[in-house]
Amino acid sequence: MSSTDPKSGPAPVVRVDDVTVAYRSGTVALEGVSLTLDRPSICGLVGMNGAGKSTLFKTIMGFVEPTRGKVSIGGRPVSAAQKENIVAYVPQAEEVDWTFPVSVADVVMMGRQGRMGFLRMPGGTDRRLVAESLARVGMADFADRQIGELSGGQRKRVFLARALAQQASILLLDEPFTGVDVRTEEAIIAILRDLRAGGAIVLVSTHDLATVPAFCDSVAMVNRRLVAFGPVATTFTEANLSRAFGGTLHRFLPGHGLPAGPDAAAARGLALGAAG
Amino acid sequence: MTTAEIAALLAEPFGYGFMIKAIAGGAAVGALCGLLSCFVTLKGWSLLGDALSHAVVPGVAIAAIFGLPFVAGAVVAGVFAVGAIGFVERNSLLKNDAVIGVVFTAMFALGLFLISVFPSNLRLTTILFGNLLGVADADLWQVAAVGALAVGIVALKWKDLLLFCFDAGHARSIGLDTRLLHGVLLGLLSLAAVAALQAVGALLVVAMLITPGATALLLTDRFGRMLVIAPALGALAAALGAYASFFLDGSTGGLIVALQTAIFFVAFLFAPRRGVLAGRRRAAAAAEAAP
Ligand SMILES: Nc1ncnc2c1ncn2[C@@H]1O[C@H](COP(=O)(O)OP(=O)(O)O)[C@@H](O)[C@H]1O
Ligand SMILES: [Mg+2]
Repeated sequence: MSSTDPKSGPAPVVRVDDVTVAYRSGTVALEGVSLTLDRPSICGLVGMNGAGKSTLFKTIMGFVEPTRGKVSIGGRPVSAAQKENIVAYVPQAEEVDWTFPVSVADVVMMGRQGRMGFLRMPGGTDRRLVAESLARVGMADFADRQIGELSGGQRKRVFLARALAQQASILLLDEPFTGVDVRTEEAIIAILRDLRAGGAIVLVSTHDLATVPAFCDSVAMVNRRLVAFGPVATTFTEANLSRAFGGTLHRFLPGHGLPAGPDAAAARGLALGAAG
Repeated sequence: MTTAEIAALLAEPFGYGFMIKAIAGGAAVGALCGLLSCFVTLKGWSLLGDALSHAVVPGVAIAAIFGLPFVAGAVVAGVFAVGAIGFVERNSLLKNDAVIGVVFTAMFALGLFLISVFPSNLRLTTILFGNLLGVADADLWQVAAVGALAVGIVALKWKDLLLFCFDAGHARSIGLDTRLLHGVLLGLLSLAAVAALQAVGALLVVAMLITPGATALLLTDRFGRMLVIAPALGALAAALGAYASFFLDGSTGGLIVALQTAIFFVAFLFAPRRGVLAGRRRAAAAAEAAP
C-alpha cells in the first residue's frame, strides 16, 4: 500500500438524504436528491450543464445550506468529518487569487495543515507527503513555482495533489478532467483507482461520458432531481442517459459502444465486482 | 558647519522626551499596520481598511466623552461597522463597496458630530490628522499593548490566517473555524486602525494599512518574507517621518505616508524581479534572443 493512501481507515458512509437546494436568486438547483455511498468505490456524477452537480458537491461540503434534507458522514454532521480532515474537495474552478505569494509546494502543504499542531509547523511526514503527492500528479519539477506561473491543467493537478496530501478517505472531485490533456486524464484515473484500492470513497463529476464505464463503479445522473443512481452495469444505460440529458444526448455520446444494459456492460468486461 | 555641529544637530531630536516617544511610538504603529497590511492587500480589503479607520471615530469619541480607553471604543465601533455592513449587504441587492461606503461615511459623520458637540480632551484635528508628537503616555501604552497582542496572534496563527485569505473554502473543509479567523482579522484591523489614527489621522490610516504590504509584494513572492518586509518598511517610514518632522516642522502623518509612498515607488521601479525596469530588461532580452 502506498503511503499516500488514506490513513483514516475505511471511509465512513456518505449519506445525502432528500436534499433540496434553492439559491437566493430563486433557482432550485437540486430537488429531493438522496444517495448513499457506503463502500470504497468511484462514483461518477453526470448531468448537463446546470444540472446541479457542483451544487451537490458544495452541499456535501456544507458550503451551501440545503433548504430541505441533510447530509451526513458516518452518521454525523459533515463538519465533524471535516475536523478530522477526512473529506477532500477539489472544486470545478479554484476561486483563488493566482497572484498570491505562495508556491506550488506551499499550496500542497495546505492539504496537510489541518493535521499539523497548534503552530502549523510541517514535519518530515508532511514534507514527504507533499513531495510524493506532487510526483503522483507529475508536478514535482514545479514545486518552487509561484502558483500563477502555471497553465490551467497544471493548476488543476496542483489542487489534486493538495487533496492527495490531505490523506482523506472521502474525495469529492468536481470535473477534474475538464481542460486537461488525455495523458493527464489517464494519470488522474490511475490515481483514483489507487485511492479506491486504499479504501477511499471517490465522487467525481465528469462531462466525458465515454470514460465513465471504464473507471466508475457506480453512477449518479442528475438533472435537478436524481434521475438514476446505481452500479454502472445496470444504471449507465441508454434509457437513463437520455432521461438525464434529454434531447442533447447526441452531443455527449461517443459514436458507439454504450452498453444497452447489464449484458452489454458485462460483455465489455466492466464487471462491477472488481470494485469489491 | 563642522562635522561635530552637524552631528549635534542631527542628534537634537533625541534630546526631547516627546521626540523619542514619537519615534518609538511611530515605529510600533508602523510595524503593526505593516504586519496587517500583508493580509489587507492579499485579501482585497483595502476599502474595508479605509472604512474601519473612519468607522472607529465615533467609538473613540464616545470613549473620550466617558473617559474610557480609546481602544475599547474603537473595537466596539469597528465590530458594529462590520456587522452593519454585513446586515445591509445580506438584506439588499447593493454591491459590497456601496454598502461599505454608506456605512463608514455615516459612522465617520456621527463621530465628527459627537466630537464637535460634546466637549472632551479629544480634538478634531487630532482625529483628522493625528498628533504623534503630542501623544500621551497612556495612549502610547495602549498602542504598545495592542501591538504586542496583534504581533503575538499573527506570530502564532499566521498560517491559518494565510490559508483563510488564500482559500477560505479549503480552510473550512479541513475543519478550520473560518468565522473565527475572519473575526480575528477584522478585530486586529480595528485595533491597528485606532493605533494609526493617533499617529497619522483618519485620513491617512488607510495608507499605513496598504502601502507597506503592496511594497513587500513587489519585492517578494513568498508570504513568509512579506510578513517581515512589510512591518520593517512600515516601522522605518514611521520612525523616519517622525524624526524628520522635527526639522521640517510639517505634518508628521503627511511625512510618514509620503515616505512610505517614496519607498513604494522605488520598489515599483527597481524591484529585482517584479519592478518596471526588471520587466523592461526581460522583455528586451527576450526580443534579442528571438531570431
Ligand atoms: N451561486 C449561485 N446562485 C444562484 N444560482 C446558482 C448558483 N450556483 C449555481 N446556480 C444555478 O444552479 C443550477 C445548478 O448549477 P450547478 O450546480 O453549477 O450545475 P452543474 O455543476 O451541474 O453545471 C444552475 O441553474 C445554476 O445557474
Ligand atoms: Mg459544475
